[in-house]
Amino acid sequence: MTDVSNRNQLAYIAAQASDARVNVEFETEGMTLNLGPQHPATHGTLRVIVKLDGERVLRADPMMGYMHRGYEKLAEVRTYPQVTALVNRIDWLGSFANEVPFILAAERLMEVEAPPRAQWIRTILFELSRIANVILFLGDMGVQLGAVTPAFFAFRDREFVLNQIEAVTGGRFHPNFDRIGGLKDDIPKGWIEETTGVLGRIRTFCDEIEDLVTGNEIFQARTRGIGVIPPEVGLAYGLSGANIRASGVDWDLRRDGGVGLAHDQVDWKVWTHPDGDSFSRYWVRLQEVREACGIIEQLLGGIPSGPVMAKVPRIIKVPAGEAYVETENPLGVMGYYVVSKGDLVPFRVKIRSASFSNISITPWVLEGTYVPDVVSILASLYFILGDIDR
Amino acid sequence: MSSTILAIELAYWQQTGLRALLGIVAVLLPAGTLVYLFLFKMMSFMQSRLGPMEAGPYGSLQLLAEVGKFLQKEDLIPAAADRVVFKLAPFVVLISTFLLVLVIPAGPDLWFIDIDTGIFLALAVSSISVIGILMAGWASANKYSLIGGLRAAGQLVAYELPLVLAVMGVVIQAGTLNVQGIVMAQASGEIFGWGGIGNPFILTQFVGFAIFLVAVQAELTQPPFDMPVAESELVTGYLTEYSGLRFLMFFIGEFATAGIFSALAATMFLGGWYVPGLDPTDNLFNVIGPLVLIGKMVLVAFLIFWFRFTYPRFREDQLQQLAWKFLIPLSLVNIVATGVLKVVF
Repeated sequence: MTDVSNRNQLAYIAAQASDARVNVEFETEGMTLNLGPQHPATHGTLRVIVKLDGERVLRADPMMGYMHRGYEKLAEVRTYPQVTALVNRIDWLGSFANEVPFILAAERLMEVEAPPRAQWIRTILFELSRIANVILFLGDMGVQLGAVTPAFFAFRDREFVLNQIEAVTGGRFHPNFDRIGGLKDDIPKGWIEETTGVLGRIRTFCDEIEDLVTGNEIFQARTRGIGVIPPEVGLAYGLSGANIRASGVDWDLRRDGGVGLAHDQVDWKVWTHPDGDSFSRYWVRLQEVREACGIIEQLLGGIPSGPVMAKVPRIIKVPAGEAYVETENPLGVMGYYVVSKGDLVPFRVKIRSASFSNISITPWVLEGTYVPDVVSILASLYFILGDIDR
Repeated sequence: MSSTILAIELAYWQQTGLRALLGIVAVLLPAGTLVYLFLFKMMSFMQSRLGPMEAGPYGSLQLLAEVGKFLQKEDLIPAAADRVVFKLAPFVVLISTFLLVLVIPAGPDLWFIDIDTGIFLALAVSSISVIGILMAGWASANKYSLIGGLRAAGQLVAYELPLVLAVMGVVIQAGTLNVQGIVMAQASGEIFGWGGIGNPFILTQFVGFAIFLVAVQAELTQPPFDMPVAESELVTGYLTEYSGLRFLMFFIGEFATAGIFSALAATMFLGGWYVPGLDPTDNLFNVIGPLVLIGKMVLVAFLIFWFRFTYPRFREDQLQQLAWKFLIPLSLVNIVATGVLKVVF
């Protein structure tokens, strides 16, 4: 851990030095390149200020906040059921997963528990939104490295997943379906068979991507050994999700969190990779999509019968208290710290979003790399701008 | 163009006019064919989408629509740009393309110029485009453009060498630098005494062919060698500040050069305008020769574009390593082997 603070200090010195850098032989100076906020690589409005010596990065500073929407403050003037409509838009690719930790926190404060059927369907939708999210990463990683084709496959097959989410919730992108004490509705007729078919398609997609991208020599040359994050550094920067599992840390809140989801009812595996480079982050995510397919398949086979909504009052007043619930969202650990004063609205909501922490490692990991690797490392860390800026 | 094709006598000004016209056709036709056939349609099918469909039958007029769109765009020049150089750059790139097309014969009497050092000229003028790209990158007053331009320069210089060395094998085997002579050597060649299909040099120079294609890919700054325009890092590299007609010129230049390099590869390795079974001096080839050449060109271009849509891009240092540590030694070995075998047989 001491290593990190040393690195920070050195990075600061390097930054100062780069400003005044004079190469005696050619009298060159460092160049400051402004990647973003409008830049094709950042799929959103992330701005990275990169100080360069030739193409080598001396220092990279991520600048956030270009898309800050103030959800934490807005949540203070929304009733509890209304908040889900807001938080849907944090990680817009896996929207349903954003609602879950907030609802779980509110449920914990109210001391209600969703009926088993609701929990199972919740978990299915949770994992479906993980697939919808991570599939896009698998395609986008190719785009950032210059191969356009995987992205089209990703968008093609994500549509099937979104169709399934829409069939249940009525919303492709913003389901707003989770309720305190359960779910808004039950799943429609015939949905289980359809979803099983879609899972087959997703598995085919994973094989296709593995053929097209993972085995490619150029892809391996561009990602193996690039952007290596040792586990202790990753933990110190608060990395989570596939990013930290790719560094060999066997930590997944779906297994270790013990929150009210049905993951412990089925048999699945947490994938890790010892290398911690861009390739392992990619590889772990690829395996997680496959694993998510397995989880959903098992869950679909055994959805318990019963209601999907517990007995909760029509007007929800949450008793005074505070609760913090975090779950393993597609991008990493997402947590909500909810403080209630017994009102219709939360007194304070603090959102811990995964990308914000994941992106904080960029100065450390980008230092000393080359410009082309900046893009591939950023892509492999996989952030959603809404998840950074909230 | 010989002045006596099909027994028509033409005055000098008529010949010159005809040559200029055919030169434009020879540049624009492959460019249009490749853009439509590969960039629009083949790429779409490979990526499970449909591509242009509305403009004309099977979207074949889409290209005209695109050109019309570019012509309407404002010709933007950044305030800090070096205006003269900025405006000149696309022309320099296009000049290189036009000069390249000169040496490729499309029939026994169909050529623009027939000089003894044809291949040498082609490879020499193909490097002029580097200057244009460097001009564009420097004059744009944009950091992305500058990095892109410098990357392009480094890359094109590095891949010029394997390109030249790959051709050497063909030259040794044909015994001439004259492009027409190379075609004739393939047409009248024999494989162990059997002259049924001539002797297309791809059979003996397959290593040279592969190296040539890789180097061409790099010369065209196409994926997997598209570091200079790397749209995910450098926006579009040296093209970033260009719009309207000037962008269109770069665009046409890229695809026309792809077409002409494919035609060059087809000429050197696949027998050019010749098809087996006919007398290569037959006047018939003056009519079907261009069609045969375009057919072979499309075949080679298909390979180039297939790579383009499949592979991610190299990093600059990996790209240089590939050129200096692998392609150049390999092509040198190829030259030695060709020379030895030439002497032996």
